[in-house]
Amino acid sequence: MAKLRQCAIYGKGGIGKSTTTQNLVSALAESGKKVMIVGCDPKADSTRLILHSKAQTTVMHLAAEAGSVEDLELEDVMSIGFGGVKCVESGGPEPGVGCAGRGVITAINFLEEEGAYDEDLDFVFYDVLGDVVCGGFAMPIRENKAQEIYIVCSGEMMAMYAANNIAKGIVKYANSGGVRLAGLICNSRKTDREDELIEALAAKLGTQMIHFVPRDNVVQHAEIRRMTVIEYDPKAKQADEYRALASKIVNNTKFVIPTPLEMEELEELLMEFGIMEAEDESIVGKSKAAEVAAA
Amino acid sequence: MSKLTREEAQALIQEVLEVYPEKAKKDRAKHLMVNDTSLESSKKCITSNRKSLPGVMTMRGCAYAGSKGVVWGPIKDMISISHGPIGCGQYSRAGRRAYYVGTTGVDTFGDMCFTSDFQEKDIVFGGDKKLTKLMAEIEMLFPLNKGISVQSECPIGLIGDDIEAVSKKVAAEISKPVVPVRCEGFRGVSQSLGHHIANDSVRDWILSNRDGQAFEKTPYDVAILGDYNIGGDAWASRILLEEMGLRVVAQWSGDGTLAEMENTPNVKLNLLHCYRSMNYIARHMEEKYGIPWMEYNFFGPTKIAESLRAIAAHFDDKIKEGAERVIEKYTPIMNAVIAKYKPRLQGKKVMLYIGGLRPRHTIGAYEDLGMEVIGAGYEFAHNDDYDRTIKEMKDATLIYDDATGHELDEFVKALKPDLVGSGIKEKYVYHKMGVPFRQMHSWDYSGPYHGYDGFAIFARDMDMTVNNPCWNMLKAPWLKQDAAALQQAA
Repeated sequence: MAKLRQCAIYGKGGIGKSTTTQNLVSALAESGKKVMIVGCDPKADSTRLILHSKAQTTVMHLAAEAGSVEDLELEDVMSIGFGGVKCVESGGPEPGVGCAGRGVITAINFLEEEGAYDEDLDFVFYDVLGDVVCGGFAMPIRENKAQEIYIVCSGEMMAMYAANNIAKGIVKYANSGGVRLAGLICNSRKTDREDELIEALAAKLGTQMIHFVPRDNVVQHAEIRRMTVIEYDPKAKQADEYRALASKIVNNTKFVIPTPLEMEELEELLMEFGIMEAEDESIVGKSKAAEVAAA
Repeated sequence: MSKLTREEAQALIQEVLEVYPEKAKKDRAKHLMVNDTSLESSKKCITSNRKSLPGVMTMRGCAYAGSKGVVWGPIKDMISISHGPIGCGQYSRAGRRAYYVGTTGVDTFGDMCFTSDFQEKDIVFGGDKKLTKLMAEIEMLFPLNKGISVQSECPIGLIGDDIEAVSKKVAAEISKPVVPVRCEGFRGVSQSLGHHIANDSVRDWILSNRDGQAFEKTPYDVAILGDYNIGGDAWASRILLEEMGLRVVAQWSGDGTLAEMENTPNVKLNLLHCYRSMNYIARHMEEKYGIPWMEYNFFGPTKIAESLRAIAAHFDDKIKEGAERVIEKYTPIMNAVIAKYKPRLQGKKVMLYIGGLRPRHTIGAYEDLGMEVIGAGYEFAHNDDYDRTIKEMKDATLIYDDATGHELDEFVKALKPDLVGSGIKEKYVYHKMGVPFRQMHSWDYSGPYHGYDGFAIFARDMDMTVNNPCWNMLKAPWLKQDAAALQQAA
């Protein structure tokens, strides 16, 4: 029995973390691995493709109903989905109230105390809300939790900024615990020379682009049916892409403390690939009227 | 211990600072001074209202303590909700001895604890709904309440509960003031910011509620600000003002009511006892309603007479004569008190470390008894407090701001005062050192100390503490012999 590997998936909001994670986990399950997904996002959409449900009932909502989290049992919060994948959603408040970060902390503490991380598991994946806005969303990468972090990104400028920022966060926790950056997953948006760009960014961060996931409509077709591609159409070419990603992660040994880029360095990279134009300092802060007047 | 010279006092401060690391030493040095009565301003000599150093034993409270415990809590017909986990509400309940008249739980609520008792789920999902429900329950169970205040504990500021929206909604439903107070404990460096926040919330949600409404005025209307009626202090003060012919419209906030506060903009003069905790609202009323304000001191006959005359100076001859009449009436009674206790207390030395006004206001009362204050300090004063203190203290006495446990211990060891007056956290330390001690926040469960009646009790309490035979029994027999032998040898 191999040691349990705990992985956290981060990345800019809307980049496709949940979809990628669930497809990847399905591929792992298909190959016989025992996997658990812990959704760390109040939206609770990290397990819907595995469970064919709209949104799983979350730890925090169940705790609120029962009175407190101490009143819950593990089986109350855990559902089993496709391929025997165990699913848990931390849950949290609707936008604009309360403290979602505390919800993540409470839910993960509960899972640990209740022994959710049992010996049979090969992998735990934490699917974490887009931005690490406070300590709660860094909970999955604190000591004795996720040791490997995968960042989902694409060749778009803001996705790369986000990836670099996440790398900065990892450095902090890498120095105090054992967490390491394990790679970038490029979820293609079909921008120009996207693979080369992400390879270059990965190299600068001291890591690797572990896989390039091409864009394919079958992902959306599966998603409408609340399914992963692996389950919906196992013969699809895209299913093989997720299988490839899964096997690369199984065999991954490149775990690094990242070397985040300075802002100038990142902008240079973006300019090199033509995503960003060189800044013209002379136009900064000038209104259209002022420009017209000057011309 | 004889009186220190300026040089000796300075050397003592240096010696006490010695144990600190370099950075702490530099910081703490700014908070300790040797008094110089010739100074106009304390600014160059002492720094105040700064963050306490980590690791020292500071005696300060928090913003919530300043708002809920001091300003809002004593308003007897309003209900203060401690919004957040249970601890803050429970540990601040009924400990301050702000006396009031009324039937607790029916028309007054001072000794009760109302809290939203936050649980994990309230942190995660927010407490707004619970707060709304809690207010509905209050209204149902305690219909004679005149209004509600929401005292924010720390988590409220972190999770961003919209207590303002809840307050407005409920206020409209129950047609009573509901006041959100953002006094989260982590704000500011001490309880002092809580006083300010509380004053501001009174200003914004209470003070102008009756503007434009009819009020039967007299030319002799005053309000008492900053008297929290500890052990009945405000009552002992009020009777003197009434005896000299004034009408006391409001007491802020000891034994005070919402109606009194709302009527305060109608008074002729605001009388401010605790400057630190209520100068903000006094200044606001001066600005908005043109009401002058003055500080007064009702500790000890000398200061009382001075204050009564200063108050009377704002009014006509009728009041001036009233003040003289009151002074004349009580002087023989006070002389009898002094005749009884002064011989027993003459020359005794006192060190004080208290809160808002007492380190300077009680000096006159001690001096009336022939005692001398050789050190004074505040937990949460600002420099305007020290400006006032340097005038009251003798030259070359010690003044300490936000003193640490170590500093107070060492000062007491070196100066060997006959009496230390401070709070509950200090009390047992000095008892164990065998130093007579009075709890000067709660009057050690005695009081009142304000006014002429209060001075008689003050004098008795100081005597029974300083001259209590128990202090001589604290020394072990074998050490006693040593001490006696040493004394003989010397």
